[in-house]
Amino acid sequence: MKVKVLSRNPDDYVRETTRDIQRVPRNYDPTLHPFEVAREYTRALNATKLEKVFAKPFVAALDGHRDGISCITKHNKSLSTVLSGACDGEVKVWNLPKRQCLRTVQAHEGFVRGICSRFCGTSFFTIGDDKTIKQWNMEAPEYGVREEPLNMILGKTVFTGIDHNQRQATFATCGQSVDIWDEQRSSPIRSFSWGADSFSCVRFNPVETDLLASCASDRSIVLYDTRESAPLRKVVMRLRSNTLCWNPMEAYYFTCANEDYNLYTYDMRYLDLPVIVHKDHVSAVLDVDYSPTGQEFVSASFDRTIRIFPKDKGHSREVYHTKRMQHVICVRWSADSKYVLSGSDEMNIRLWKANASEKLGLV
Amino acid sequence: MAALTPEVLTSNVTHVGKMNKKKPPKRYWEETDEKRPEEEQGTTRRKQNKSTAKVRSSKWKNDETLEKEDPFPGEAPIPKKKLQKFMRGKKYNVHAEANQKVKEAIMSSEAMTEFAQKQAARYDLLLPEDAGFLEGDEDEDTNTISQDDIADAVDITSGSKYFNLHLSQFGPYRLDYSRTGRHLLVGGKKGHVACINWQSKDLMCEMNVMETVNDVKWLHTEAMFAVAQKKWLYIYDSKGVELHCVKKFNDLLRMQFLPYHFLLATTSATGFLQYLDVSIGKEVAAICTKMGRLDVMSQNPHNAVIHLGHSNGTVSLWSPIQKEPLVKMLCHRGAVRSLTVDKTGTYMVTSGLDRKLKVYDIRAFKTLHSCVLPAGASCLSLSQRGLLSAATGDIVQVYQNILGSSPVSKPYMAHRLRGQIWGLAYCPFEDVLGIGHGEGFTSMIVPGAGEPNFDALDTNPFRSSKQRQEWEVKALLEKVQPELICLDPGQLSKVDLVSFEQKHKERIAALGFDPMEKDRFKPRKKTKGRSSAGNIEKIKRKVAYEDQRDEIRQSIEERTEREKELTQKSMEKEDLGNKSTLDRFKKRKYPQQQ
Repeated sequence: MKVKVLSRNPDDYVRETTRDIQRVPRNYDPTLHPFEVAREYTRALNATKLEKVFAKPFVAALDGHRDGISCITKHNKSLSTVLSGACDGEVKVWNLPKRQCLRTVQAHEGFVRGICSRFCGTSFFTIGDDKTIKQWNMEAPEYGVREEPLNMILGKTVFTGIDHNQRQATFATCGQSVDIWDEQRSSPIRSFSWGADSFSCVRFNPVETDLLASCASDRSIVLYDTRESAPLRKVVMRLRSNTLCWNPMEAYYFTCANEDYNLYTYDMRYLDLPVIVHKDHVSAVLDVDYSPTGQEFVSASFDRTIRIFPKDKGHSREVYHTKRMQHVICVRWSADSKYVLSGSDEMNIRLWKANASEKLGLV
Repeated sequence: MAALTPEVLTSNVTHVGKMNKKKPPKRYWEETDEKRPEEEQGTTRRKQNKSTAKVRSSKWKNDETLEKEDPFPGEAPIPKKKLQKFMRGKKYNVHAEANQKVKEAIMSSEAMTEFAQKQAARYDLLLPEDAGFLEGDEDEDTNTISQDDIADAVDITSGSKYFNLHLSQFGPYRLDYSRTGRHLLVGGKKGHVACINWQSKDLMCEMNVMETVNDVKWLHTEAMFAVAQKKWLYIYDSKGVELHCVKKFNDLLRMQFLPYHFLLATTSATGFLQYLDVSIGKEVAAICTKMGRLDVMSQNPHNAVIHLGHSNGTVSLWSPIQKEPLVKMLCHRGAVRSLTVDKTGTYMVTSGLDRKLKVYDIRAFKTLHSCVLPAGASCLSLSQRGLLSAATGDIVQVYQNILGSSPVSKPYMAHRLRGQIWGLAYCPFEDVLGIGHGEGFTSMIVPGAGEPNFDALDTNPFRSSKQRQEWEVKALLEKVQPELICLDPGQLSKVDLVSFEQKHKERIAALGFDPMEKDRFKPRKKTKGRSSAGNIEKIKRKVAYEDQRDEIRQSIEERTEREKELTQKSMEKEDLGNKSTLDRFKKRKYPQQQ
């Protein structure tokens, strides 16, 4: 007679000391794990519900401006600094962790139309309704010294947008035409125009730093190369685009925020058809900014909401709104991809979490 | 160690394989290829280990290199049976006309499923334990081997798994093992309830509830158990403290616990099937079965459907969402005495008053085979590895390989007890069969009954109290809702074609036309006035007539085929029936075959 009875040695299944971790022998036989589909469904349902339970996206409101906010920009090197320009010509520099305003500069008379920081992070440029471009030092002046711009350029016409090259000491402005400026010169080194009478926004490509795109008032988007003498390409849409933003990871894609309540992502090599149409807003979309990961972008709209869209989906995954927040004019995604800043009509800049149920800070 | 000999330095043999070095591109000023590699050889050789250089030069000859060829290139092959074991569902064939994104999504998910299947099949090699077995000598029958012999032949711990508890005072005993197999609950008909850790013979609690006990069942852990007493359902703590007396559940006869749904299913003498959710303490469903006294009950562990056996020989399948049984099967000529279902949910074994033991394929609702027992089995139980134990009177017989397609002639093991058998249960993950009878409780060794390798994340017999607490929380979070209990447990993962069809119909009704219809035939446009409206209509009609003709022809063909089959069958039946000499004068209903 040959016989063997199952007998397990507890030494093989129980841990030796209390300082060890527990032993977990596995057997992946499907008959030992029944109801896989139902249990997985229950787990997914619970996870979604808990995500909504823990969703508290609003972090803080930065108060202090005395007029609506027209533009925001990030500091290129520091995560805790943010600059904002208001409709009364004031520019404020904020410290985000302390939620305090570090410095206020009366930059222009009239609106501050655009603000951008230099790639090295030592200075920033502002343009205003008084047809000037001013360059300011990022550090506050010493006690007693008056606030003076490092450089001031007078233009002939009103400028509506500004953006700085990511590598070289050149910047571009748009107004009646798109001008490329060298920081040392007081007149543009090159001027592009293609039929439109005004441009609303200009953006340099973050990867291919010689390319730029602009939104024109004749409902078109024009692409330029600073090395060429004429604009490259143009795509005309049904309604005007307000702003556009390049995808920092896939730099051949850019997304434009259109007046027809949609956002369009185009491939710059093939402008005939948009890659994706993002639909969810119920009023004109005013601003768009990509996350540094390039996977999502945030859009601000006249309908008092900001929406976060995945880059390849047609609808938004998240919408943020408050009773207090009125028409959102500008929006930026922070450089650590965790926060979103929105500047709105009622003089507040709001700080939101990009993932509403994420636990940020000490656990 | 002697210094490097000059031959080693200047010889052309390299110790590093030539394939490892990337040759730099040839420059226009270089004449030959040999100059560059020589320079590299010089630099690399200086860096080599001086002590082993001499050894190496003697070992390798000019032709051999350091790189050896792999005699079994590629991945290790996995046996098909193992792969089959981990397959869940068929491969999904993508429609050729589907959207590009849909195709990509399906292909990537199929690739991931295949990878997971292969990895799981590979892990099977690492399972630590093997199943038990019992093989007799050449002329010895395994069912003649007694338990004492087995207990003597194996080691002490396994031998101690055969024991008897003499409890002759309090009536025949019913029993239940907890899910981990560590704890045993016995309940005598005259009120004696005890729970013990049967391996260490540690008594957890013992009491007499002073009432008739019909059935006992562990709840999800060894902390609570339910006792179906004469009038109501009582829930006790493992220390014997009465926690709840559920008066809504009265006259209970049998109970089953559905572990993944935290449901206690109970049948009563009045014909009610009731479900109690033990995590929230609410009655989920109370179904009036209208089939009389329900005292034969089993659960299908694969889909949590309750099987009830009735006195008219039928077995009905119940789910808490429906008031009617899901399925009713006629199994036996007399009453059904006992039934059990295997853990994969494929086979059901029933025994009835007509002294037959039948094995069914539950998925197809077909009989596999049936055999006759001299006296019908009053209790049946299937182990984790497919061994069936049948109790008749005071004898227990264990059958092996009964779930295959061929009937089994003789039992694998047999054991005779003192009293009338009242309850049978296999201990999970152990080679032990627990028998509750009129004289107490017996634990019998059945080699090869238990699943050798458990999954610690599912049930871990060696779990500590911390592990048990963590497991309990996770199990409660994953508790499946009773609405998902149906015959096919994976129905949630399938495409809902029925709703799609209904929505499609509603859409057609709303729109007035079918938006998904394929393009109708459009005749070609002809020149010179030949494609006038009348001509086009004529061509369309012709094509429509042709299509109609084809359809009619097909349906006629099918009908004739069916009729032929019917006539053939009836002719065969007639031929098989009793023949007499007067047949040739009988009028034939059907034309005779020539």
